Amino acid sequence: MSDVSSRATAEAAWVRVALTTLALAFVALFLLVPLAAVFWEAFSKGWQLYVDSLTEPEAWSAIKLTLLTAAFAVPLNLVFGVAAAWAIARFEFRGKSFLVTLIDLPFSVSPVVAGLMYMLLFGAQGWLGPWLAEHDVKIVFAVPGIVLATVFVTFPFVARELIPLMQAQGADEEQAAMVLGASGWQTFWRVTLPNVKWGLLYGVILTNARAMGEFGAVSVVSGHIRGETNTIPLHVEILYNEYNFVGAFACASLLAFLALLTLVVKSLVEWKIARAQAASLNRTREARLASA
Amino acid sequence: MKLLNRQHSVLPGFGLSFGLTLFWLLLIVLLPFAALVLKTADMGWAAFVDTVSAERVVASLKLSFGAAGVAAAINIVMGFLLAWVLVRYPFPGKRLVDALVDLPFALPTAVAGIALTTLYAPNGWLGQHLVPLGLKVAFTPLGIVVALTFVSLPFVVRTVQPVLEDLEKELEEAASCLGASRFQIFRRVIFPATVPALITGGAMAFARATGEFGSVIFIAGNIPLVSEIAPLIIISKLDQYDYLGATAVAVVMLALSFVLLFAINAIQWWASRRHGGKR
Amino acid sequence: MSIEIRNIHKRFGDFTALDNVNLTVESGELVALLGPSGCGKTTLLRIIAGLETPDAGRVLFGGEDATHTHVSERQVGFVFQHYALFRHMTVFDNVAFGLSVRPRKVRPSKEEIRDKVMKLLKLVQLDWLADAYPGQLSGGQRQRIALARSLAVEPKVLLLDEPFGALDAKVRKDLRRWLRELHDEIHVTSVFVTHDQEEALEVSDRVVVMDHGRIEQVGAPDDIYEHPASPFVTQFLGDVNLFHGRVDGAHLTIGDYAHPLAAPPGEGQALAYVRPHDLIVSRAADDALASGTVEHIHAVGPLVRIEVATGDGQTLEAVLAKEVFRELAILPGESVFLKPRKVSVFLADGDYSI
Repeated sequence: MSDVSSRATAEAAWVRVALTTLALAFVALFLLVPLAAVFWEAFSKGWQLYVDSLTEPEAWSAIKLTLLTAAFAVPLNLVFGVAAAWAIARFEFRGKSFLVTLIDLPFSVSPVVAGLMYMLLFGAQGWLGPWLAEHDVKIVFAVPGIVLATVFVTFPFVARELIPLMQAQGADEEQAAMVLGASGWQTFWRVTLPNVKWGLLYGVILTNARAMGEFGAVSVVSGHIRGETNTIPLHVEILYNEYNFVGAFACASLLAFLALLTLVVKSLVEWKIARAQAASLNRTREARLASA
Repeated sequence: MKLLNRQHSVLPGFGLSFGLTLFWLLLIVLLPFAALVLKTADMGWAAFVDTVSAERVVASLKLSFGAAGVAAAINIVMGFLLAWVLVRYPFPGKRLVDALVDLPFALPTAVAGIALTTLYAPNGWLGQHLVPLGLKVAFTPLGIVVALTFVSLPFVVRTVQPVLEDLEKELEEAASCLGASRFQIFRRVIFPATVPALITGGAMAFARATGEFGSVIFIAGNIPLVSEIAPLIIISKLDQYDYLGATAVAVVMLALSFVLLFAINAIQWWASRRHGGKR
Repeated sequence: MSIEIRNIHKRFGDFTALDNVNLTVESGELVALLGPSGCGKTTLLRIIAGLETPDAGRVLFGGEDATHTHVSERQVGFVFQHYALFRHMTVFDNVAFGLSVRPRKVRPSKEEIRDKVMKLLKLVQLDWLADAYPGQLSGGQRQRIALARSLAVEPKVLLLDEPFGALDAKVRKDLRRWLRELHDEIHVTSVFVTHDQEEALEVSDRVVVMDHGRIEQVGAPDDIYEHPASPFVTQFLGDVNLFHGRVDGAHLTIGDYAHPLAAPPGEGQALAYVRPHDLIVSRAADDALASGTVEHIHAVGPLVRIEVATGDGQTLEAVLAKEVFRELAILPGESVFLKPRKVSVFLADGDYSI
């Protein structure tokens, strides 16, 4: 945006400076300072204590459980998200918008309520509780409950990334592949998937970030058994409530680092998509100019 | 005709993908919902009313929805400003700020909670300067507003930003040629175009904030009747094995959020019809 | 391979896209489906391809019923309006796709695929772009790659949806001629959809004019242009001046003017169409169909277009060669008389659908 061309539709310089300053101050106060505080507190007593906090057995078990949870929740929701996007973006059917609403539902449910619903389903006083106890299957206060609650809160991410992307791209390329004799799976693997890979990656990375960081829902179903059913966020809570701030922030810094990584991947993906679009747009424009 | 042509019936896999979607939806979302509904049906009407009209419960619901409302209002104003600055004004580090806006989506809420509490505690980086001014943030409802503002910050920015980006420069130039002042152009041309996005973003921020738990419990102080949020009531009822009580509060929360979402959808539908045809 | 379309019906909700369509495309022909947007031409093409299923009717390829053959087994080549090139594959991989997805037993070897793809790229004169990605090509180049890709599987019929629709005027013209030459060379039965009458008339062996889901007329370009079968076809194929008159016996009368008809369509109120280049402009009043004042003269290029305002508020258009115009030396504001060389006459209440 050059200054000359936008003079007629631009604000006075002092307005611009004031608004920009205000906005940046808001970002600094609400985003940058809290982020910095996490790392500051984590390293406030030195590197050694930081490393010790992460390698003590309970922290280590929380890390392992978090990784395990994500290892289940992410692939499950990946498969679901791709299937949902294929059904919704590629076919017309009755009740489609209702289905989309249902998929979005977990976003408008408080994580604590989500956890409660699983308690009501699988807990000791729950619907299936007695039957589960009889057959010696433990779901709540155990790993399966944590995975289920995590799957619930991360349910919509992949589908929500893919559906608009696939709708925008249209089905032309897939139809072309079918006309050329490709089977359904060949079309999916060789045409659909490569076209949405960046959006898919972003959906997965968001799912992963949320899966590893979920607190409310997991807190309800975990039972807080130390060294057994505590994920990193739950472990952070316990340490913090015990006034072990260095330990709490050391574990928190792992999650903050994961968040930063998520943001980097997101920016990368957006840049990739924008570049691909710009390239095809420029080409069309050049071609038009050249032939004019 | 082009529009009607979009029946992609030649592509295979509808049965498989639709079946899988439905199965997963039933298992993960609808079954737990059914459990909630069944449990509620177990409860007598009197017991239900008794539970949810208890003083602590009412106070917590008021607090959860009130603080969420304040946070959404803050984010509607500041989110619009942030989106505006990001789209319109050049400044160094813009890409970084743009990326940072999504931090609340990526940062686990518990981490945000302890970070904000540490900052705003009376001896924290920010608290030590605010308390002498008579501004107690941590362990008060104000702290809850701060935490909810943080977790719902990206919504308004991310819904308004693309609308501002797509806004045709020609509209403003035309208004300018017709003699409108810069502020008139903003108020009568630019702002109305962003209203549907503001409503959507504000609604999403509000919905997210009402149910928020992780970031709030650390900074709230959790004083009954003062700074105790509704999700916490559910947790404490569960800790006392009062499943029915917890369910009652959860049902009220869900009902309130659904009513609000529905109302906001209706407003949005009306707004987009009024500004119809444009997109 | 010939294509037969029998009694095809297709509805989208309340909208009738195709209403009892019958058509035969002979083997080796190049046929244009011509009509305004919404006339059903694209739907018909997609039904031939198998991308849509008709509600009723049959599609026969070489006399064999293909109505229920799935699109991936129909062995048609389809060129999409916006090309639908696979954007993540190189030009080479795009063209090779149809061969490389064949089951292992019938898939050609890597070398055979490469030879074939390069041969096709040479045919469309783009072999130097084999390693480029679709995003790096111009519109015309993408179009030719899309064509090469559809030809790679040796289709029984080639179907093209608005093949030049998204291109610039000049590229369009070049590609049109090129497609004609290519068809003369490979001679595969081809059907293409267009809304541009000039394109249809110039490129195809036969033109199928469609409107409102029905076929209005089928014929050779010259035949259709000279002998349009309905008012719609007459108007759609180019500019016309419309007159209202009567047919009595073997004469058309418009006001005081009488025109002899070799083959009168019947008797009664009639619509008479005269193309601008069939109107003779003169200063002499004898035998004139209409008279009026010259309003505008557009004299760019070899043809001169003259707009004449008649007394009853109608504006007529005449086109004459520059030499004729020079001889006449008409100026704006002058009164002139118009006389038709050739008239297309239709009864006002006739039914012209076939």
